[in-house]
Amino acid sequence: MLELKNISYDAEDGKEILQDISLKIDDRFVAITGPNGGGKSTLAKIIAGINRPSAGRIFLDGEDITDLSVTERANRGISYAFQQPVRFKGLRVKDLLALASGRDSGLNDSCEILSEVGLCARDYMDRELNDSLSGGEMKRIEIAMILARGTSLSVFDEPEAGIDLWSFQNLIRVFEKMYQQTRGSILIISHQERILNIADKIVYVKDGHIERYGRREDILPELLANTATATTCQVLNEKVEVK
Amino acid sequence: MAIDAIQMSLLKEVAELDALPVGAYNIRANGESAARNTTANIDIVTKTDKPGIDIIIKPGTKKESVHIPVVLSEAGLKEMVYNDFFIGEDCDIVIIAGCGIHSCGGGDSEHSGIHSFHVGKNAKVRYIEKHYGEGDETADRGKRVMNPTTEVFLEEGASLEMEATQISGIDDTIRKTTAVLAAHSSLVIHEKVMTTGTQSAVSDFTADLNGEGCSCNIISRTVAKDQSRQEFISVLNGNAACAGHSECDSIIMDDAKVLASPQLSASCTEASLIHEAAIGKIAGEQLIKLMTLGLTEQEAEEQIVNGFLK
Repeated sequence: MLELKNISYDAEDGKEILQDISLKIDDRFVAITGPNGGGKSTLAKIIAGINRPSAGRIFLDGEDITDLSVTERANRGISYAFQQPVRFKGLRVKDLLALASGRDSGLNDSCEILSEVGLCARDYMDRELNDSLSGGEMKRIEIAMILARGTSLSVFDEPEAGIDLWSFQNLIRVFEKMYQQTRGSILIISHQERILNIADKIVYVKDGHIERYGRREDILPELLANTATATTCQVLNEKVEVK
Repeated sequence: MAIDAIQMSLLKEVAELDALPVGAYNIRANGESAARNTTANIDIVTKTDKPGIDIIIKPGTKKESVHIPVVLSEAGLKEMVYNDFFIGEDCDIVIIAGCGIHSCGGGDSEHSGIHSFHVGKNAKVRYIEKHYGEGDETADRGKRVMNPTTEVFLEEGASLEMEATQISGIDDTIRKTTAVLAAHSSLVIHEKVMTTGTQSAVSDFTADLNGEGCSCNIISRTVAKDQSRQEFISVLNGNAACAGHSECDSIIMDDAKVLASPQLSASCTEASLIHEAAIGKIAGEQLIKLMTLGLTEQEAEEQIVNGFLK
């Protein structure tokens, strides 16, 4: 179980990004949603240890991990899928999968993992994680790394961003399957209704605060209703409707 | 002359040899020829006017290899060697060169190899060259110096792919490569260099793309650590309808210095020449990504550097 107690985070320029966030995550599948710039990614980075909170404490299964490094948290069972996957010249898909799973993976192991994200191991395991891979392919490999780790808490930052429609359909299937199989918790930052739809609980983050946190059945209808009556400008509303 | 244990381990480093290779070979140890084998298609002849050998490969020779490693295990030995390859038309062969220096005690060890490749029409050559140094790391040890010069002459339709690697142990190197390309010939060079401590490495490429439809691609990846210095110079001269590309990508660390100066010149409107040069430290997000997989920062750095130079 992950618990955040009174977490605040100020950016280098002093701007408050997160204010006094308290949250307990013990469900299998929790989605964090909310408008852009509201602090969702920062929250995920604080959980992974990439950003250090200005105030507050973080607990994983009762242990205070606030002062632990990224590496130490990874070894305690936190995985984090980047919103923008990192490219490496020279490192191949199989190298990263081996680092993620902690052992050299052969074709069979790689096939097991990569097929989950719709990639053929034979075609991909020797590919370099360089500019030759598309954004959608990088996203799927990023997710495969998290699957290869199989840790107790997996954090995904907008896994659907930059992914094409075909990949998106598959992505939903990946998360549905993960939901069925996981023994730990999955935490996903997402704007997609179809991902929110499979969550046990939804956290709605806006302006650095948690505005709503509860069961999907309670939160999602409210969010969808609010979107429909959003009081933004007329032109934007019309364009949103046309879409 | 027998090959001793130190020389054998150097041979393993530079030519991946555990025993004498299959096919043609000439092994030079401490300035002398230590072993040689020729085949029906590949002849190796000692030069009479200067140190070195001529390697003559009959036209149409396919799927054969030539190993010509050099090892130095005596301190203070300096040598200049000339190796000339004459590769007949329609050959398809692999050449494995390489030089290993094991230095102990004082006195600089230096090997300067001048290799020329005369590649006949439509012949295909893969050339692998590895440079490696080892030995005592005492303050007063002699320098390990290697200055390879490679001259490539490609006839019509010929191709040469060169892989040059220098990852550790060489204190000072000036690598000069020149190439002249005839019509529809192709040259690809992959260079990997890592310098540490106070080492210095200079790579200097010049290619004259003279024939219609010829192409040249130079890809250099280097890592400069500690107080080491590197210099990369590439000059592509497009004198016909040709395609030339050079790329120098360096990771700079600590107090190292890297200079990249790619140069292009064209004297034909149909010449298409591109250069790319990038120098930068390891991206922070690359380190963080690997740390989220459980690696320490140092382990992450090693993985990134090793992958980059693979």
